[in-house]
Amino acid sequence: MGGNIDPTVINLVVFVLAVFVGYHVIWNVTPALHTPLMSLTNAISSVIIVGAILAAGPSELDFGTVLGLIAVGLASVNVAGGFLVTQRMLEMFKKKQK
Amino acid sequence: MNLSYLTPNALTIYYLIASVLFILALKGLSHPDTARRGNWLGIAGMAIAMVFTLALVGKGGIGYIVLAMMIGGAIGAVVARRVEMTQMPELVAAMHSLVGMAAVLIAVAAVNNPAAFGVADPLPASNKLELFIGSFVGAITFSGSVIAFGKLAGLGKRFRLFSSAPIVFPGQHWLNLAIALVMIAFGTVFFLAPDEAWTAFIMMTGLAFMLGLLIIIPIGGADMPVVISMLNSYSGWAAAGIGFSLNNAMLIIAGSLVGSSGAILSYIMCKAMNRSFISVILGGFGAEEGAAAADTGERTVKSGSADDAAFLMQNAESLVIVPGYGLAVARAQHAVKEMAQMLAAKGVAVRFAIHPVAGRMPGHMNVLLAEAEVPYEQVFEMEDINGEMGTTDVVLVLGANDVVNPLAYEKGSAIYGMPIIDVHKARTVLVNKRSMAAGYAGLDNPLFYMDRTMMVFGDAKKVVEDIVKALH
Repeated sequence: MGGNIDPTVINLVVFVLAVFVGYHVIWNVTPALHTPLMSLTNAISSVIIVGAILAAGPSELDFGTVLGLIAVGLASVNVAGGFLVTQRMLEMFKKKQK
Repeated sequence: MNLSYLTPNALTIYYLIASVLFILALKGLSHPDTARRGNWLGIAGMAIAMVFTLALVGKGGIGYIVLAMMIGGAIGAVVARRVEMTQMPELVAAMHSLVGMAAVLIAVAAVNNPAAFGVADPLPASNKLELFIGSFVGAITFSGSVIAFGKLAGLGKRFRLFSSAPIVFPGQHWLNLAIALVMIAFGTVFFLAPDEAWTAFIMMTGLAFMLGLLIIIPIGGADMPVVISMLNSYSGWAAAGIGFSLNNAMLIIAGSLVGSSGAILSYIMCKAMNRSFISVILGGFGAEEGAAAADTGERTVKSGSADDAAFLMQNAESLVIVPGYGLAVARAQHAVKEMAQMLAAKGVAVRFAIHPVAGRMPGHMNVLLAEAEVPYEQVFEMEDINGEMGTTDVVLVLGANDVVNPLAYEKGSAIYGMPIIDVHKARTVLVNKRSMAAGYAGLDNPLFYMDRTMMVFGDAKKVVEDIVKALH
């Protein structure tokens, strides 16, 4: 093969495969847990915090880093809130000891 | 931290581990017993992703970043601890809006300073296209979720924008279409311009905020399960879009998982309401149809007291309880659980049947029952229990209407084809309702007039508590 593969094409490969994985994994989720599924996916989508951290990375405070810091804060609400509330709900589904 | 080990390759491997953990986290939700472990795997994945990204940033602005994380994390933790289970839909909508906003901010930051993300400066065209997508999907997610939050939280009384009744006006869909086209036009200008083209980028993002607002206001309160699922999906696609522009496979994977999850949930909800996705999105449903119930005539219903209901139930061999959102509104879950326990102690086989749209979001009713400590072994999904309705002695319908309306089997009725819980097949049907008012679909319900049906009028909580007293 001549030339390099454009990163966008590689991204597209990852994307299509991930959608397939998502499709199969999600159909296996029991309907009783659809609300925890939503809060968990919410927490997972806040992995966008990685982008926010990079934006806030440069040491001098300027327009870009301030936006990054705000994004870090917003995403952190979701990271903590999403996982904790999921945990709280899932505890309720624990088998009761008789 | 010593950064010499954190090569781009090593970082990508760590991100891969995090991605696998996210997949395993969702896989865990296939059963309540493995779900908690799944959540922990998700937390582990997130920790890996965050720690190594922080390490990459190194000493730079890390102090401020950690501070922002602590503030955000503390707010999230407090909210997660305090939120009522009935408020879950609002919480989820609010969290979607945060993801959307974060995506927009990151996109703006990336246009401002691509170097911070290791992307070439000036931005290559392909990255600009992806930033455009990430930014507008994020903006729509944000403003749409804010409206959804307002509707769910019942802010409609104070702000008309949040009215749970659909807001419709002539030419609405054409306006939305026009805004969408103009937005895409600005996006194209941004994409083709040799420089950052700030004006086009800002115009495009601003229009996307407006569009998010406009597409959610015409959707009625009872269609909220679809809307929340849809916004869940959008928040995932926004994350994936940002992943594309930053060439970050982990973000793409996580975003796609969330995006497909939301899409599947939207599909399940639409199917359960027998509505097409398009008709939900176009909105307006539930606006004027409320008065449409025709030819109810002077049919009579049998009504009875809580004592009668208690008597019938304790003499039954099998009982199925069908809870609807009315139960959650009346906060009667705990009383219902007590009633179920007492009946079980008297030898009645008690089960719960849940329609997929019984709450305000997918799976909401299951969580409400779990909160009241109803064992999940007693809780059945509609399709798993419908076959046994014919051999059930007594069914108790609490605060549900349309989801048990046998008109769904009659061609030509407004809800024809909607899957329902077949309570009309049971030997005796007890229906608790506040009054004879029609349900959300504005239809009369023949179930109420059957010979085998006894209505128990009153607030769900009050009635159930009276039944509990009668059972003592």
